[in-house]
Amino acid sequence: MPSPIDIMLRGREVQQLGPWPRVTVDAVTWNFATGELAQGRVSLLGLWGEPTTVHMAVMDQTSSEIAIISLDCPDRSYPSVGLHHPPALRLERTVHDLFGLTAEGLPDTRPWLDHNNWGVRFPLGDCIDASSQPLAYRFLPVEGDGTHQIAVGPVHAGIIEPGHFRFTASGETVVRLEERLGYVHKGVEGLMRGATLERAVQLAGRVSGDSTVAYAFAFSRAAEAALQLAVPARAVWLRALLAELERLANHLGDIGAVCNDASFALLHAHCSVLREGVLRASNRAFGHRLMRDVIVPGGVTRDLSDEGREIIHAMLDNIRLRFPVLVELYDNTASLQDRTVDTGVLTPALAKQYGAGGFIGRASGRSFDARRTPGYPPYDSLRFEVPVLNEGDVNARIWIRVREVEQSLGLIDQILDQLPAGSLGTVAGQRREPREGMAIVEGFRGEVLVWLRLRDGLIERCHLRDPSWFQWPLLEAVIENNIVADFPLCNKSFNCSYSGHDL
Amino acid sequence: MRKLLFQSLFRRPFTEPAPSSSDAAVSELATALGRAARRRLGRSLSIREVDAGSCNGCELEIHALNNAYYDVERFGIRFVASPRHADVLMVTGPVTKNMREALERTYHAVPGPKWVVATGDCARDGGCFAGSYAVVGGVADIIPVDLHIPGCPPTPMAMLQGLLALLERVDTGAEAL
Repeated sequence: MPSPIDIMLRGREVQQLGPWPRVTVDAVTWNFATGELAQGRVSLLGLWGEPTTVHMAVMDQTSSEIAIISLDCPDRSYPSVGLHHPPALRLERTVHDLFGLTAEGLPDTRPWLDHNNWGVRFPLGDCIDASSQPLAYRFLPVEGDGTHQIAVGPVHAGIIEPGHFRFTASGETVVRLEERLGYVHKGVEGLMRGATLERAVQLAGRVSGDSTVAYAFAFSRAAEAALQLAVPARAVWLRALLAELERLANHLGDIGAVCNDASFALLHAHCSVLREGVLRASNRAFGHRLMRDVIVPGGVTRDLSDEGREIIHAMLDNIRLRFPVLVELYDNTASLQDRTVDTGVLTPALAKQYGAGGFIGRASGRSFDARRTPGYPPYDSLRFEVPVLNEGDVNARIWIRVREVEQSLGLIDQILDQLPAGSLGTVAGQRREPREGMAIVEGFRGEVLVWLRLRDGLIERCHLRDPSWFQWPLLEAVIENNIVADFPLCNKSFNCSYSGHDL
Repeated sequence: MRKLLFQSLFRRPFTEPAPSSSDAAVSELATALGRAARRRLGRSLSIREVDAGSCNGCELEIHALNNAYYDVERFGIRFVASPRHADVLMVTGPVTKNMREALERTYHAVPGPKWVVATGDCARDGGCFAGSYAVVGGVADIIPVDLHIPGCPPTPMAMLQGLLALLERVDTGAEAL
């Protein structure tokens, strides 16, 4: 029996070769893909627009085959995917905000990123002048007795990114959370148009500060796929080293921060010290605490010296000494577990439907890890496990992070042991004809997807999809029937990106 | 937990200056910052952080100011939850058009005298996001800025230095708004 993706591709001209096919389909095949998404046979990797085209990347649930299908919409409309497959809802609202393409049948037509402040409508499409008048946003109506609403944000109480949360509560219990995002929309995809590779990778590295390595990595791989560039072995391995250092720092920070939101400051203090150790080692080894602007198309800009290697080794030894004590403390503190166990449960069914990546998916039975599937070098030469739990609560999301810290320590050891010698990069040659590429890279939060088209050596269109797109909606689901006071805990255990989502 | 706390009593604190020059600089800076803050603000300086569109990189480093290595609270500098409790607004990011109003309202919610610290390269002029349809520009395009701390993101050390510079300026009698 042909796979759903075979049926989508059959008899069509492939417009993009590397590494996955892109084909232009008709509305019938588009709707077939929507049906397969709704049935759960394929999962949605992304949905994005161009002025008169809409693209959708899908992955087969069984074979993990990936394809991009595109539908031309000269009349500026296309059949809605979100109507049958809710994970596409916000993506389709965004395609409308940015390009003015209408998803026919979309159940929720409210603007998403466009807060009516830009002075233009459809900035990446027709770019129509519009007056900037903040309009009241229609939150979902609430009916019933004894409910009250709590409005939080966009400026929050902590040192975090801005977004608005509208809680409807009955007593202490949350009956609904509605998110409103888009406050940090910077128009990155607009700035990408016409950018050189050099500027574009810099922008990609500033989509989400905590994932600067993952974004630069994904962008560079997409550009290399488009240009069919081979990256020297040493650079390939150094990239993985950078990515694992980033994962380590973020997970250590998160484990402490989640506990801090349950007022257990001791773990937070100790985890912050370990996180700082990773950042200092990264700074000494690669010249920047967050390792920004190290990965570029073609390779990396900095080498690892013998001294850098020693510094990283010493940092790993320190974590191996101190981290197990902290894990034991977490495991043995009943008052803390009382807050985290059974709180904010994400069911495996929802995680699968939304294709939730990262520790959120893996704490709810979804084993997807882009390092393994589709996979990319050098991870095929490295030994590591992908931890999976089924409980889906805050506790499970902490444990997945703990296990991933341990895996990253092992990965960094292997990388330092096997780091090949050689050059750090190749020069990206100019190509006149349009060339497309896509890449998926596992950041600490989940898979980052980048699709781009180059023309004359410049970016014609670049789409960057943060894992948070498929995680934010699930936060709304998991908080239901929890108490308001547990929201910070649930939110931090998800730790979705605002900037990566708003872009 | 008792064991961990017990060990902490006897272990050298992370904040103690180590022999290397950068750690010594932290301690030197820390003393000066403490003195200046005390003179002007009676041992306390309350900061409200506002992300006006940043990529979250600056926030990560502001968080680091609170870890055991930098420990800003020892100088009476703390981050507060409400602008009503703040002396200083620490603003990051290029100001996006969608955050403009929230930033203005937060600024007006801070009681005087107040100071604004624009933090990070984007906060100066929009940085690499300048010119976008969705970005207004730097923080100074929206509210008066007293000090800019450069960096992408600024290191926690650079932020400490920046806050010191602000306090010195306050001490020499520059008018706050």
